[in-house]
Amino acid sequence: MQKFVQLDGLVAPLDRANVDTDAIIPKQFLKSIKRSGFGPNAFDEWRYLDHGEPGMDNSKRAKNPDFVLNQPRYVGASILLVRENFGCGSSREHAPWALEDMGFRVLLGPSFADIFFTNCFKNGLLPICLPVAEIDALFAQALAIPGYKLRIDLEAQTVTRADGKVIHFDVDTFRKYCLLNGFDDIGLTLCRSEKIKEFEARRRIDQPWLFS
Amino acid sequence: MIKTLYDKLWESHVVHVEDDGTTLLYIDRHLVHEVTSPQAFEGLKLAGRKPWRVSSIVATADHNTPTKEWEKGIEDPISRLQVETLDANIRESGALVYFPFRDKGQGIVHVVGPEIGATLPGMTVVCGDSHTSTHGAFACLAHGIGTSEVEHVLATQCLLQKKSKSMLVRFDGALGRGVTAKDMVLAFIGRIGTAGGTGYAIEFSGSAIRGLSMESRMTICNMAIEAGARVGFVAVDETTVAYLKGRPFAPKGATWDRAEAYWRTLVSDQGASFDSVVDIDVSRIEPQVTWGTSPEMVVSVTGTVPAPEDFSDPVRREGVERALQYMGLTPRTPINKIPIDKVFIGSCTNSRIEDLREAASIVKGRRVAPTVKLALVVPGSGLVKRQAEAEGLDKVFVAAGFEWREPGCSMCLAMNADRLEPGERCASTSNRNFEGRQGVGGRTHLVSPAMAATAAIAGHFADVRDLI
Repeated sequence: MQKFVQLDGLVAPLDRANVDTDAIIPKQFLKSIKRSGFGPNAFDEWRYLDHGEPGMDNSKRAKNPDFVLNQPRYVGASILLVRENFGCGSSREHAPWALEDMGFRVLLGPSFADIFFTNCFKNGLLPICLPVAEIDALFAQALAIPGYKLRIDLEAQTVTRADGKVIHFDVDTFRKYCLLNGFDDIGLTLCRSEKIKEFEARRRIDQPWLFS
Repeated sequence: MIKTLYDKLWESHVVHVEDDGTTLLYIDRHLVHEVTSPQAFEGLKLAGRKPWRVSSIVATADHNTPTKEWEKGIEDPISRLQVETLDANIRESGALVYFPFRDKGQGIVHVVGPEIGATLPGMTVVCGDSHTSTHGAFACLAHGIGTSEVEHVLATQCLLQKKSKSMLVRFDGALGRGVTAKDMVLAFIGRIGTAGGTGYAIEFSGSAIRGLSMESRMTICNMAIEAGARVGFVAVDETTVAYLKGRPFAPKGATWDRAEAYWRTLVSDQGASFDSVVDIDVSRIEPQVTWGTSPEMVVSVTGTVPAPEDFSDPVRREGVERALQYMGLTPRTPINKIPIDKVFIGSCTNSRIEDLREAASIVKGRRVAPTVKLALVVPGSGLVKRQAEAEGLDKVFVAAGFEWREPGCSMCLAMNADRLEPGERCASTSNRNFEGRQGVGGRTHLVSPAMAATAAIAGHFADVRDLI
């Protein structure tokens, strides 16, 4: 997994509540058996004027000028500012794959759906929850100031605004540790394989019907 | 010590706890389908790892598979490759049981698991699919996971988790005529919102839940995720035990007795406390119809489409405006005046035998309205299909003008050829009415099987209570 330590990034505001993972990456792209290449189809139905299917040359498709992420000022953004309940719905990990492939490393919002939130951490994508008032202020600044950037420091757990204001955020210690080091958590879990085997052996005796 | 059912399910699976509370939780049952598993099997192979316990795996192809002309195979080459990849992966790794495309046991993974008795009380059940919460009906800790977690479970038989907060939802009172489990869960989501359950594990309880069949309880738990909760479950009672007896993968003989004794402990203790409690009087619930692009945008069939000015919060108001525009609806339109183009009866929410019986009882002796372009019935599994055919339900549907299809996820998410065209409006028994969910530009209204059948006959949404 890609590590995440610190980032100075351009901010793009996506001002909609309840953005679901069907919107982030529509179902027709889920037929792929790969983990990569989903970026050009992130937000496909909002981003392009035509209907997208796998295998199309996305560079030749007409873009929807009304979709915020198509505005030239947000090209190259690595921080996506979102509204409540971002990532709700389907558990498809293709959603964080698509966001990461589109260039995002940080999501800033008031709340995220549980499964999506977990999936982000497995892919070097940092979702940060902040109070609604802080998010409202960030939206106001990002919309008002061209080239608006933020500094995200995972070690210090801070978001630093251009005007110098520092906002602290919470993150689980274990997730932070994995993300800072780019650790594969399967490798870490397998360090506990003796404990897993012991647990399983006890379970076989206590509930043999689970092992038939 | 007094414990909730959630405490019991959680504690009985803890392998290890990190300092920050991150817990290694043992996984009993792993359901696998073609869409979210190929990258996990590939990752496993690239790392030189083997599946930890293949007898935990129940696999089937469901999302991509066509629902007609099975003899032609899968026409879309990308879908076909995905299903073939599942095939190759499972044949190489092994599984407790695998129902490949066209097998007589194939079906939606959340329908297949319970019907063969592979979902048993007290299990942790995971699948790369958010509707895994369905299995909570059996007092399981069951939830959807992403593909990285699918790989983690394959490799380690465990998941890294943090314990959620607990919510008790009490459904009490007598359910009205024509009102079903689907209406109960839609009304619940309308009440707490699609993020109302985020961070919670929900126990559904109360006299109205106790009075439901296992299939109806599955419908309710299935949609816990639409309220934001990854898990929703129901305590074990006579109904649970009776359902499991004799299922192929349920224990037998003396082992059954031991299992049953354990299962009966899977209830919240008297006086257990919850972080949140929601009380719902089901006698006040009417048949529900969603009008918008989120399951929380729901009203009774006797109601009207709301107007943006009904909502004071600016973010919500804007969401309502956008939803009305997408859905092509005018505020204050009576729900029973909204015409429909298509009807879909199916999905892991409502494709079991009782759902089909419920819909057939409405349809019997009537005809689908001529303005309805397509009315589909997609059974949840091969077993459901054959049972329905044995009861003659297929003939009832076909005589009325419905199409009777092969099992699969079908038009719930439209990964196969079953879909809405732009602007088409559908009465659907599925679980999500998101933009584009059933096809680009398609407009989905979530309803119960009885209400979908009623809409098919009327050509517009109508009150099922007028037909029964």
